[in-house]
Amino acid sequence: MAIRINGTDVAVPDDARVSLLDLLRERLHLTGSKVGCNQGACGACTILVDGERALSCLTLAVQMDGRSVTTIEGLGSAEDPHALQTAFIEHDGFQCGYCTPGQICAAAAMLREIEAGVPSYVTPDLTAPVLVSREEVRERMSGNLCRCGAHNGIVDAILQVAAERAA
Amino acid sequence: MSRMQNAVVESVKTVLGWVPAQWLPGGTPDPLILRRAAIGRQASRLDGPEKVRGQARFAAEVAMDRLCYASLVHSTVTLGRITRLDTANAEAAPGVILVMTHRNMPRIGTLALIGLTDLSAVGNSSLPIMQEPAVRYNGQVVAAVVAETQEEADHAASLIEIDYAVDTAKTRFDDAKDKARTPASILIEKNHVSVGNAERELGRAPHRVDNIYRTPGHNHNAIELHGVTVAWQGGSLVVHDATQMIAPSANALAKLFGLKKEQVRVLSPFVGGGFGGKGLWDHQVVAVAAARLVDRPVRLMLSRDSVYRMIGGRSPTEQRVAIGADADGQFTALVHTGYSIMPPYGACPEQYTLGTRALYRSKSFEIVQRHVDLDVVPNTFMRAPGEAIGTFAVECAIDELAHAIGIDPIELRRRNEPDRHPISDAPFSQRALTQAYADGAKRFGWERRLAEPGARHDGEWRIGMGCASGSFPYARMPGANVRITLRRDGSATVSCSAQEMGMGTATVQVQHAADRLGLPVEAITFEMGDSALPAGPMAGGSSQTVSVAGAIMAATEKLTGELLRLAGNDSPIAGLRAGDVRLVDGGIAGINDPSRRESYRSILARAARDEVTVSAAGSAPLEMLKFAMHSSSAIFCELRVSKVTGEVRVDRLLGSFDCGTILNPKTAASQFKGGMIMGLGLALTEETLFDERSGRIMNATLADYHIPSHLDVPEIDVMWTGIADPRSPLGARGIGEIGITGVAAAVANAVFNATGKRIRDLPVTLDKLL
Repeated sequence: MAIRINGTDVAVPDDARVSLLDLLRERLHLTGSKVGCNQGACGACTILVDGERALSCLTLAVQMDGRSVTTIEGLGSAEDPHALQTAFIEHDGFQCGYCTPGQICAAAAMLREIEAGVPSYVTPDLTAPVLVSREEVRERMSGNLCRCGAHNGIVDAILQVAAERAA
Repeated sequence: MSRMQNAVVESVKTVLGWVPAQWLPGGTPDPLILRRAAIGRQASRLDGPEKVRGQARFAAEVAMDRLCYASLVHSTVTLGRITRLDTANAEAAPGVILVMTHRNMPRIGTLALIGLTDLSAVGNSSLPIMQEPAVRYNGQVVAAVVAETQEEADHAASLIEIDYAVDTAKTRFDDAKDKARTPASILIEKNHVSVGNAERELGRAPHRVDNIYRTPGHNHNAIELHGVTVAWQGGSLVVHDATQMIAPSANALAKLFGLKKEQVRVLSPFVGGGFGGKGLWDHQVVAVAAARLVDRPVRLMLSRDSVYRMIGGRSPTEQRVAIGADADGQFTALVHTGYSIMPPYGACPEQYTLGTRALYRSKSFEIVQRHVDLDVVPNTFMRAPGEAIGTFAVECAIDELAHAIGIDPIELRRRNEPDRHPISDAPFSQRALTQAYADGAKRFGWERRLAEPGARHDGEWRIGMGCASGSFPYARMPGANVRITLRRDGSATVSCSAQEMGMGTATVQVQHAADRLGLPVEAITFEMGDSALPAGPMAGGSSQTVSVAGAIMAATEKLTGELLRLAGNDSPIAGLRAGDVRLVDGGIAGINDPSRRESYRSILARAARDEVTVSAAGSAPLEMLKFAMHSSSAIFCELRVSKVTGEVRVDRLLGSFDCGTILNPKTAASQFKGGMIMGLGLALTEETLFDERSGRIMNATLADYHIPSHLDVPEIDVMWTGIADPRSPLGARGIGEIGITGVAAAVANAVFNATGKRIRDLPVTLDKLL
């Protein structure tokens, strides 16, 4: 039994109580995924499972057998950062930096959700293609809390990356 | 704080009133106010690349060999004592190394409460920590389990059985008001201020308002949970902590565990949000004790529930504000009194009346706070303690009075704008609130506001505008120390134990040191976050930037003297004294004759030195006592209220700030906006729900305590006067806390403008508008 994490196979832990988040942080020392509530309320632990966003605190590691997990450490590197990582710095989309990896992972998956045409609570027309807008981004990122109040910078960074991709 | 303290502070202020300003710090304005290069530039955070890649290492993320994990058990009763404690099942559970309770916790003393007495006094509670069977509040920690893994520790903690004998606890705010205490002072200010006879003036005033405002408890809710990784190494202690007070915490832990100062090292290079909550509480002490008993490194990260139970938040308040005005709208009486919680074992007086003293001129004042004693986790300082909620009461009252008189609320404020401190008569160091209002009103389009409430509609929505003043005092902390090492290659390292919680500490101090030393920013390294470095002050009171800046100023003066000495008699600058030169372009140059200059490289080469190091402490912050030094702001809000659901949607929020020199517009804008967003939460959604029957917090989760989410936050506009304060280092005043002040009132005033409903009880939730 193995989980593919950032391209490397990792054994599923023996203790079935271990969450994916604790596996990442305490056993693999991938501490980019953060813990803010351990109950799915804050989004700081957001990672990608087969490209879709998931809350690693609410995911048992054993459930991930055979799945592919990408964390912030696998999203970009110092030499080759993800476009969102660069845009977050440019737009000051963080202060303390604690919710940031979760925001960036969520944003990466969220833009793909819009591309795939998945509607949201604020989508005006459920029959038309979904367009990236400030309102859509704000609604779809609302599961990722930020207490420093970097919301404007986060949304600006995401909109810039979306615009670059569309161009 | 005592009457004695009042007397001391008053006499120092009186003496300083006679001392010429030029003898005091800031007597001559900091030359960098006029000579800035890196300061004032937009700069991205230096730690940005680490933070966006998840590489910034927080306290509970430090890897250690043989690390084990702790889990806590909290009291489920409010007042009483433990009568039965059965830990056998927990001790027998797999992986368990230790169960620690009051029976086997090492005997230690109590923490000195935060105060002015000494630099290790940073305790938030003076109650014994797991030393006795007594329970003093609901959620107090009563046991800790240490195990090989977190899962094993958490499970074993659930197996501990405890019975309590329960006593009758004080848990009802209204009941306890009868026995409220009236302290002599609030922080370093006298508590009871009575000028003239405010009640009589109020009775005579042709215009008056007199109302009660209520604000609930709040929790900081930094996204990073409180956490420590603790290791005893021989007789020494290493604590990786999430703390806003690195050096003082190290001192306090040394004292508590009977160690020498140099035997304790606290490291905290990154803090995942603090807002006043990341201080010294019981969990660090428990983790240190447990690590000693198991003789292994221990990690203790609180659950979110634990944070609510054992880390206090902002006290609820009940405030009376009454204002009397003459026919022209000039204030004849200003009354601000009220109640907040402060148990005798707590440290925070929730100073909601302090800001009121400096905001308006009035013929008479009556100001006093009373403390209610409840059996609760001690409340503590939370972003803009006092002013965040004090401005709600006062600035709503101003709006109510303006409406009663029938004049624009900005005009009413202008008519009562003071030209000196209204109570102490000290001169303001700098104050341009009227300009901040004028600039903000213009940009916001205030002239489009309709004075009549409920006059603007758009479908199901009623639309309104409101404004309010914010304010926060300037503070520079004593005891800020830095070390500067200047090298022959033209690089420099500035070292201080300062904290980074998102303010951009290193980024801004690098900009500062570059200008101060006449070097490019690339040449400067700022070391911080470690108690082994020269002791910085705590990050609190929006004071860290100027406190560290003041120490860098002092160290630079010393460095200049040292360089002149090393330059000797063969230098082009020979014979010049420290006052005759400035540091510029990588060297020293004469102020009057800039052609007389020598580079650091040349000076150090000739002296055969690779580097020169100086250490210094900032001057005593006497400017605070001679001048009235306050940041102020004008907050504007436009919002919609649904006629159907009562839902409030904030469409626009603008903050116009008067806070001295803005050192880095990019990070400053983020701090202002962050404060304002926390203000939106204060206004509309945030409330720590306290069960007055049981004494227990009911919404101890981020799912039930509602901080603003992305959809709640509109695009926020910020602007500033940028006028330098001539009395402070760099002309700067604090910006970390003022953003939250005034916002709740601006929102409530806009709600009134939209609906005609005056909500004096925060938060402004839907039910209050239906």
